[in-house]
Amino acid sequence: MEKVFSRPRSLKKTPFHYCPGCGHSLLHRIVGEVIDEMNLQEKIIGIPPAGCAVLAYNYFYIDMGEASHGRAAALATGLKRALPDRVVFTYQGDGDIAAIGTAETLHAAARGENFTTIFVNNGVYGMTGGQMAPTTVLGQNTTTSPGGRKEKRDGFPVDLSKMLAVTKGSAYIERTAVNSPANILKTKKAIAKAFQIQLEGYGFSLVEILSPCPTNWKMDPVEACRWIGEVMTISFPLGILKDVTGEKKDAY
Amino acid sequence: MTKVLMRGNHIVGESAIRAGCRYYFGYPITPQNEIPEYMCQRLSKLDGGTFLQAESEIASIHMVIGASMAGGRVLTSSSGPGMSLKQEGISFLSALELPAVIVNMSRGGPGLGNIAPAQSDYLQATRGGGHGDYRNIVLGPSSCQELADLTFEAFNLADKYRIPVVILGDGMLGQMMEPVELPLELKIKKLPHKDWILTGAKGRPSRFIRSLILDPVEEEAHNWKLMRKYERITKEEVKWETFLAEDAKMMVVAFGIAARIAKGAIKRIREQGLKVGLFRPISLWPFPNKVIKEFTERIRHFFVFEMNMGQMVEDVKLALGGSSEIHFYGRPGGIVPTPLEISRVITSKYHQKRLG
Repeated sequence: MEKVFSRPRSLKKTPFHYCPGCGHSLLHRIVGEVIDEMNLQEKIIGIPPAGCAVLAYNYFYIDMGEASHGRAAALATGLKRALPDRVVFTYQGDGDIAAIGTAETLHAAARGENFTTIFVNNGVYGMTGGQMAPTTVLGQNTTTSPGGRKEKRDGFPVDLSKMLAVTKGSAYIERTAVNSPANILKTKKAIAKAFQIQLEGYGFSLVEILSPCPTNWKMDPVEACRWIGEVMTISFPLGILKDVTGEKKDAY
Repeated sequence: MTKVLMRGNHIVGESAIRAGCRYYFGYPITPQNEIPEYMCQRLSKLDGGTFLQAESEIASIHMVIGASMAGGRVLTSSSGPGMSLKQEGISFLSALELPAVIVNMSRGGPGLGNIAPAQSDYLQATRGGGHGDYRNIVLGPSSCQELADLTFEAFNLADKYRIPVVILGDGMLGQMMEPVELPLELKIKKLPHKDWILTGAKGRPSRFIRSLILDPVEEEAHNWKLMRKYERITKEEVKWETFLAEDAKMMVVAFGIAARIAKGAIKRIREQGLKVGLFRPISLWPFPNKVIKEFTERIRHFFVFEMNMGQMVEDVKLALGGSSEIHFYGRPGGIVPTPLEISRVITSKYHQKRLG
């Protein structure tokens, strides 16, 4: 019988530690599939963050170097500058990238650093127990925004991808979600495109993925996927925010 | 070998490049700005050289981590406030066992302080400086020649032990010019082979470098592994110098530029016939505990002089274990005392203790 579905070669046979319904398991698989299909396993280096995905190196059969909280873009800069012919990507959550790591990320984009960032946005600090994140939407209940996020008390959510899109130096910024089969396919396509843009030397590429966190959202997985579509995408609309591939490489 | 007249900060850059350093990441801060400026000029003309002015000290130290993970010899430098910001990354370098060389041309503090020479970062440097249980190798040069030699050696030590090495200088050492004999340039191809770096898993199993070790049993084992490394360094990498110590009745203990001033003071004091010598730790961590303790067999008085409120004096007390009298004189805040001032203070103590 022909085998039509199996574990990607670049994923280890280690069961994920992620909660049921968590988007990280899906995304690890998607990244693994893209690495396999683009034949990058022997030239890619991943940088996991501090956060739920900190143990990513337990799951990928690729070289990985862990960053401290928020500093993945700086680490990737040093690594990619030293090894310009390798493919380098960071894998970061919303607290990691859009709060403590804003400066590192924005400046890496402004310099046009030629690496890729996979930005997993689930609107909470998951690993620490569901505190308010920079991307928590107004009205969203967390352990540190009780009764829902209020702009006067807690400030507005940060749209980092939009900021990065207006920054000269970034080459490709797309926001997708993993809340439906169609969106999962779009996410896979976006990640493959981001890696391709890096291979072609255009500069900084980032895919932001709206991802469910049923545990901290206190929803079941189906409800969580629906909430992404109905609530989260109002603050964070899906689509390509920037793509310079039609332009000359030195357009910026 | 001919000597060249160079400024301390430029010497750091040239020595680093001769040691095979091809990556520099940093952020401007006085009094060390000539290091990034020199590295920018030199690295831009070198094959495979990377200079990057980062958006912050925090970013720069994490760029150092990235380049070190890739196997490069990498340098960063700063002063006082900037060193505080780098401590997060230095803790990670230690945990990840990554080699790197970090130069601190220290200045008056705390806070912004000033940009005058000071030795106020001794404890920060020698106790690790960041969170967690670790030590860095810390070297304290007292002349431009030593700055050249120790910068070069720092890269070898960093690779040998997979450890961050801190060069603890000060604003005076960075800014002053002296004739130096520069170290011979290493061939990049002859640098040590590293079998742990991240290069993409081509033709080998994949690797990872991480500091998160959730299992306390494993984390403890990792800490003991670091401890064994530190014990080895403590045995093998202790450096010091003595000056007119043979017949001394009072031993001055000073490091870095303060030791240079103390030497001048001791020369004056000797002219008066007083028997005063100098003990100068060159490796500040590991501190030369055993060597200095041996002097207590015949010397009862140790006079510690530092350009701070008293930091290394704690190490001297630990080393001597109460077996001698320890006197202290310090000038914090960026004050550089003259040899004459120091000679008067030492002479006064010498007579007070009826040594002469």
